[in-house]
Amino acid sequence: MMQFTCPHCGPRAQSEFIYERTVDSVVPLDAPSQEAMAKLFTRSNPRGVDDEIWRHTYGCRAWMILTRHRVTNEISGCRAIGPEALP
Amino acid sequence: MINFSFDGKAYTAQEGDTLAAALLRNGIGLVGRSFKYHRPRGIMTAGVEEPNALVTVGEGGRAEPNTRATDVFVYEGLVARSQNRWPNLNFDLGALFSLASPMLPAGFYYKTFFGSAKRWMLYEYFIRKAAGLGNAPTQGDPDRFSHRAAFCDVLVVGAGPAGLQAAVDAAEAGKRVILVEQDNILGASLIRDPQELNAVWISATAARIRAAGGRILTRTTASGYWEHDLVTLTQRLSEPGQIPVNGVAQRLWHVRAGQVILANGSIERPMAFAHNDRPGIMLSQALRSYVRRFGVVPGKRLVIATNNDDAYKTAQALKDAGAQIVAILDARPAPAGANSGHRVYNDAVPLSTKGARHCLKSVSALVDGKEMDWDADLLAVSGGFTPVVHLHMQAGGTLDWNEDAQAFIPASSRQNVTTIGGAAEPQPIFKMVPVSKPKKSFIDFQNDVTLADVDLAWAEGYRSVEHLKRYTTLGMATDQGKLSNMAALGRLAEKQGVAIPEAGLTTFRPPYTPVTMGLIAGAGAKDAGAHVRRLALYDLHAAKNPIWQPLGYWFRPRAYPNGDETLAQAALREAKAVRNNVGMTDVSTLAKFEVSGPDAAAFLEIICATTVGKLAVGRGRYTFMLREDGFVFDDGTVWRLDENRYLLTSSTGGADRMATHISYVRQYLCPHLRVSAVNVQEHYAGIAIAGPTAKAVLATLIGEEPPRHMSTVPAVIAGVPVIILAASYSGERAFEIYVTASDAATVWTACETQVMTVGGALYGLEAMEFLRIEKGHLVVGGEVDGRMTPYDLALDKMLNKAGGYIGASGLARPALSETGRRQLVGLEAIAGDIPEGSMLIPSEGASPQGHVSAAAFRIIEGGSVALGQLVDGFSRHGEVLIASSPTRGQKARVRVVAPHFYDTAGERYRD
Repeated sequence: MMQFTCPHCGPRAQSEFIYERTVDSVVPLDAPSQEAMAKLFTRSNPRGVDDEIWRHTYGCRAWMILTRHRVTNEISGCRAIGPEALP
Repeated sequence: MINFSFDGKAYTAQEGDTLAAALLRNGIGLVGRSFKYHRPRGIMTAGVEEPNALVTVGEGGRAEPNTRATDVFVYEGLVARSQNRWPNLNFDLGALFSLASPMLPAGFYYKTFFGSAKRWMLYEYFIRKAAGLGNAPTQGDPDRFSHRAAFCDVLVVGAGPAGLQAAVDAAEAGKRVILVEQDNILGASLIRDPQELNAVWISATAARIRAAGGRILTRTTASGYWEHDLVTLTQRLSEPGQIPVNGVAQRLWHVRAGQVILANGSIERPMAFAHNDRPGIMLSQALRSYVRRFGVVPGKRLVIATNNDDAYKTAQALKDAGAQIVAILDARPAPAGANSGHRVYNDAVPLSTKGARHCLKSVSALVDGKEMDWDADLLAVSGGFTPVVHLHMQAGGTLDWNEDAQAFIPASSRQNVTTIGGAAEPQPIFKMVPVSKPKKSFIDFQNDVTLADVDLAWAEGYRSVEHLKRYTTLGMATDQGKLSNMAALGRLAEKQGVAIPEAGLTTFRPPYTPVTMGLIAGAGAKDAGAHVRRLALYDLHAAKNPIWQPLGYWFRPRAYPNGDETLAQAALREAKAVRNNVGMTDVSTLAKFEVSGPDAAAFLEIICATTVGKLAVGRGRYTFMLREDGFVFDDGTVWRLDENRYLLTSSTGGADRMATHISYVRQYLCPHLRVSAVNVQEHYAGIAIAGPTAKAVLATLIGEEPPRHMSTVPAVIAGVPVIILAASYSGERAFEIYVTASDAATVWTACETQVMTVGGALYGLEAMEFLRIEKGHLVVGGEVDGRMTPYDLALDKMLNKAGGYIGASGLARPALSETGRRQLVGLEAIAGDIPEGSMLIPSEGASPQGHVSAAAFRIIEGGSVALGQLVDGFSRHGEVLIASSPTRGQKARVRVVAPHFYDTAGERYRD
């Protein structure tokens, strides 16, 4: 079980979080059909670093983007998202 | 003196004995039968790596099978039974397999038992009877198992000299320390080899660790190393089969450590020679443990076979205890062992042994090329030392090959873990090559794998160590190859003509030692597997003693039987009350979201596939939601309560999923919108009143004209503010009343009084199902099964033509609206009752063209009706099919019709 540092709550066990998807596979609202399906069904699965969307469901319920190495599970970044995180 | 029993016979043990020590103390050599050939086996080790002495400990639901006799401490009243023998340990019919061993090579089952499934069914019975270890208990475990989380700066695994020193250093440097030891006392190798570091040093060190705030857990095994330095510890609070003092048998710790220090030590290796598996043959260090720790000397005449110096300590221990050291067979050339004071034979490699079922009688060896033999009742072997690298490897570590020790030692790791002590620096040994008959030279004692089996696997083309493992079953079961893997690897490397490190290793997976299922389940066992959400109106329902039905995490009344009514009778009476008069039911579990803000309508038009923006204040409509791939995943209603305030409802079972979906869309996809979407599922309780007289009932309750169909008004019932939604799921004129959950009882009671006054009834989920099927309304999880598009469900006319909703682009794919898809239909029985879940076939033996998703019957007229999904069903109305459920032996002839059996024009909704 991994440990993530929630931008709002600090270090917490992975069991408090729910994985959503990689940032790559987000379907933009205005994506044309082909692009949307490519996002959904053609995943890159890199052997290396990837940006993933997680939610601190059993904590503060906030969403965040974690940068995780898919082989070593090293977490190199975590940032808040949502209306409050808008520039 | 402690009393215990083994195979029904009473014995006594000394305080502190393991079961293995106690059995040896009582002169019991034969403890178990081997897995495949049922060979007589004794106690080979003094630790968790024991492959042979597996027993069932305890009785009833507390019984624990496959417990290593070396890993259970005797308590008063312990009951142990041997395994894998019939009718008893001394006379085991299964031992006939041993005679047939030439016919049971590696891969025997793969090679023999193929052919028809029918034949396999016959073989399987005998195979299952003959093979295997202990039996799982059939009764539930009466004990509790707990989980606990902990944090520390330094976790030290293993309380031998290295571990104790590391723990005390860290604790006294101000670190938060946890030290774990799988044994019930500290010291590890110091227990069998007390030198300058003796029992006094051990207890003084433990006291210093505790004084510095450190925590010491004995009888606790670090069983798994997971990500980010999380280590799971399995702690035995009671011995296997023992009644726990506080009801808690074991505890699973999740320890997140800043740093992990592994002081696991090493496990001694056996040697491969013919008949190396008899009772009386033990690992050298294990024998020394029995003599020095437990004061048990399990023989009089000892032969030692070794390739290292360590075994000489065993000779000394046995000599001190009064045993005769007959010979030390040292594989190393002279002058190794020359000054030991024992009779040492150099260049000596063991060949074979002789003995009886219970005991060893003689040992033979090849000494400098000549065969010699000795009478002996005890043989200690030391084939080298395998560092325990399991946790290091689970942490994602790598290994280095140590040529002097012929062993893998921990190298680097991507986690914060270090290995110290014997596991990092194993003792040097002399490399030996087995010279004995491979067919009787066991390398994996637990799985009865011999050198010949490895050779056979090689000959048959199994080159990779992973294939070898699966083909021969080497390294499986409770010991997970702790004794056997290196011997197999050595043989494989020899066959491949490469060095051992090039032959590769199998994966080290958790747990390090077996973990009971109860411990994994922990407090989540039995009814606590999922939490229960209780209705706000639970007490009022419970007082009527309804039949309950689980619905998601909730329980809702399924029906309220009167007297002796069956479920079906009660549900039919309740449904008739709704059709003829009025009924009321609790709909509190529906998902509910309050969406407000200037962009509320825009947000809802992203979530919902229907238009929302044009809805007037005080009006509502049916809506549905799509997944991104264009399939319907939920449905409900949306109501405009105020200029910028909406209430969205959706299904009970999909409530949590919908809450996550809405949050994702709002937070990730639409952070710029000025909208708030709040989950108010449990804030509001909901009461539905439905039936031809519902309007009159509600008018009395609220003292004003109720809203027309698909309208909403705020109102007051019994002094409590409520929201009335005029919506119908039953097909009758109906209203849903939403009230703050804490005030729900007042409103329910007022409604119930009024409903009963006019002769109405309460109804449950079963009646609701009858009503909605007859009306052709969808249910999420039934007709909306994740494979249906809006086209398939005839919802496409309601789609928002402007697009922009989630799933619009997915739905645009041609295949989602082409012909050949399953479409929603009604089914009317011509003969028989339509079985729910049955397949729809045009004729007997034909391929299914659809299925029945929900079946019921006409509430007033009777007659079986159903909803189903049928290929091109819209254009097949009038066709006759068979609804067949072969698994239940039920079928019915059905006519395909429109999916509405009641009030097709929808006139009963309206005023």
